[in-house]
Amino acid sequence: MSKVAIIGGGIIGVATAYELAKLGEEVILFEKNYFGSGSTFRCATGIRAQFTDEANIRLMKYSVERWERLEEELGFDINFKQTGYLFLATNEEEVEAFKNNIKLQNKFGVPTRLIDMDEAKEIVPILNTEPFLAGAWNPKDGKANPFKTLFAYLFRAREMGVDAREYTEVVGLEHEGDTVTAVKFRNGGKIESVKVDAVINAANAWAPSINAMAGLRRDIVPIKPYKHQLVKTEPLEPGQAEPLVCPPSWNDSYIIQDGEDGGIICGSGIEHEPKHPWDYEPTYDFLVGVLRYAVRIAPPLKHAHVVRQWAGFYAKTPDKNPAIGKLLDNFYIAAGFSGHGFMMAPAVAEALADLVSKGHTKVPLDWDWYDPYRFERGELRSSAFQIG
Amino acid sequence: MSGNMIVCRCNDVTVEEIEALIDEGVTDIEELKRLLRIGMGPCQGRTCIPLVLSILARRTGKSPDEIPVPRARVPVRPVRVEVLVGGGDE
Ligand SMILES: Cc1cc2nc3c(=O)[nH]c(=O)nc-3n(C[C@H](O)[C@H](O)[C@H](O)COP(=O)(O)OP(=O)(O)OC[C@H]3O[C@@H](n4cnc5c(N)ncnc54)[C@H](O)[C@@H]3O)c2cc1C
Ligand code: FES
Repeated sequence: MSKVAIIGGGIIGVATAYELAKLGEEVILFEKNYFGSGSTFRCATGIRAQFTDEANIRLMKYSVERWERLEEELGFDINFKQTGYLFLATNEEEVEAFKNNIKLQNKFGVPTRLIDMDEAKEIVPILNTEPFLAGAWNPKDGKANPFKTLFAYLFRAREMGVDAREYTEVVGLEHEGDTVTAVKFRNGGKIESVKVDAVINAANAWAPSINAMAGLRRDIVPIKPYKHQLVKTEPLEPGQAEPLVCPPSWNDSYIIQDGEDGGIICGSGIEHEPKHPWDYEPTYDFLVGVLRYAVRIAPPLKHAHVVRQWAGFYAKTPDKNPAIGKLLDNFYIAAGFSGHGFMMAPAVAEALADLVSKGHTKVPLDWDWYDPYRFERGELRSSAFQIG
Repeated sequence: MSGNMIVCRCNDVTVEEIEALIDEGVTDIEELKRLLRIGMGPCQGRTCIPLVLSILARRTGKSPDEIPVPRARVPVRPVRVEVLVGGGDE
C-alpha cells in the first residue's frame, strides 16, 4: 500500500480519492476551501456523450455507464436522470455537421439521432421551434446533482479511511529529482509536512501553481481560468425543459431544468477573464445576454422570475481537452477540464486511480489524446466540443 | 425546537434534517445549504439562514459569530425575465 496525496477537493479529487481507497491505497486529500468550492458546485449539472471526436465520445460513453450505476454503488441519492441533450441547428450546414457527428457517435455506441421539430416540441414543450431546422437528440445524456454526487463520493471515501481535509491549503511540495517526496500544507497557523509516495494535481483552474510547486514550469500545462456564469429562474412545472437544450450557433447558449427544484438554469458562451483567482463576481452583461438567448429558445421564460446568478471557472487548455496523466515519476495531473469535469469525473477518477495504483486500466481513456505534455510538444488536439 | 419544525419554508427543510447532517460531520453552512437547498428558495435565505446558524452553533458548541455566513447571491430580489430583456418580444 502506498500513500497518495490528492490536491484539490472538487469532484475529480474526491472521486479519485474514493477510487484509490477502493484499490486499497492510503489517501490524504487536501482542499483549501470547502469541498466543491472550486468549479464543481458552480456547474450546470449536465452529462453528455455527444462529443465530436473519438476520444471524448468513448470516454463519455463509459462515464455515462458509470453514472447509471453510481447511485447504487455509492448508496446515496445523487439524482442522476437521463433526460437527454438536444442540440438545435439553425441552418443547413449545421444540419450536415450534426449528421456527421451523429454518425461518429453511433459508431461508438452512442444512440444520438436527428429529430424534426415536432418531436423536439414533444420533448421540450416550451421550445420555440420556429428558428430551428433539426435537432441532435441523445436520450441517454442527462444530469445529476453535483452537491449530492460529491458528498456521496466523499462519505464513502471517508468510510474507507480517506483522510479528507478541507480548509487545508497545500503550500509546497518537496522533491528530489523527478520524485515528489512530501506535501507541505497549512494547518491553522502552522505549516506541516507529510511524506507521500505519489501526488495527484486535481486543482483544475489552480493546477499551474501546483505544477510550479513540483518544480515544473508553471505553464507546462497551460491552463487558463475563464469566468462562466449561470442564471436560474424560479421553479417551473416539471417536464417543461428537462433536457439540456442548446443551439450551438447562438453563442453556445443553453437552458436545462434543474433536476432538483425545477428552476431553469440558463448558460451561454459569454465569458470573461477573471480579475483575480477568486473573481466570482456576477456581471450584468451576462444576465441580460443569457436571458435574451433563453427567451428565444423558450419564450414562456419571459414570465418567470430570475432568482439566482452565479459565476465559476472553466479551466481551459488551448485545445479544450483536459490534461490527464503522469508529469513526473510519481506526480500526476487531471486538470483543465474546460467545462466538462463534472460529467467526466466517474470515468477519469477510475482511470487515474488505476494508473497510479496498478499502472494500467480497462477504462477506455486515450492517454495519448489527453497527454499533459502535448502542449509542450506543440501537438494540439482538435478542440473538444464545448458549450456555454 | 421540535425536530419536525420547518426551518426553511421555501424548500421544506426541518430541524431534524439539518441536525442529522451536522451529526454526520457536515458542519459547514455552505455544505448544509447545498445538500438541503436551504437558502436557495425565492426568499434566498432571508428567513432560514439565521435559524440554521443558530442550530449549527448550538449543535457544534461554537458561538454564532465564529460561523461564516454564506454570501448572498444576486439579484437581491427576484426579477422578472421580461423586465431584464426589455419586453422580450423578439
Ligand atoms: C458555469 C459553469 C457550468 C458548468 N457546467 C458543466 C456541466 O454542465 N457539466 C460538466 O461536466 N461540467 C460543467 N462545468 C465544469 C465543471 O464544473 C468542472 O469541470 C469540474 O467541476 C472540475 O472539477 P475539478 O474537481 O477538476 O475542479 P474544482 O471543482 O475546481 O476543484 C479544484 C479544487 O482545488 C482546490 N485547490 C486549489 N488550489 C489548492 C491548494 N493549493 N491546496 C488545496 N486545494 C486547492 C480548489 O479550492 C478547488 O476546490 C461547468 C463549469 C462552470 C463554471
Ligand atoms: S426559507 Fe429558506 S430559502 Fe426561503
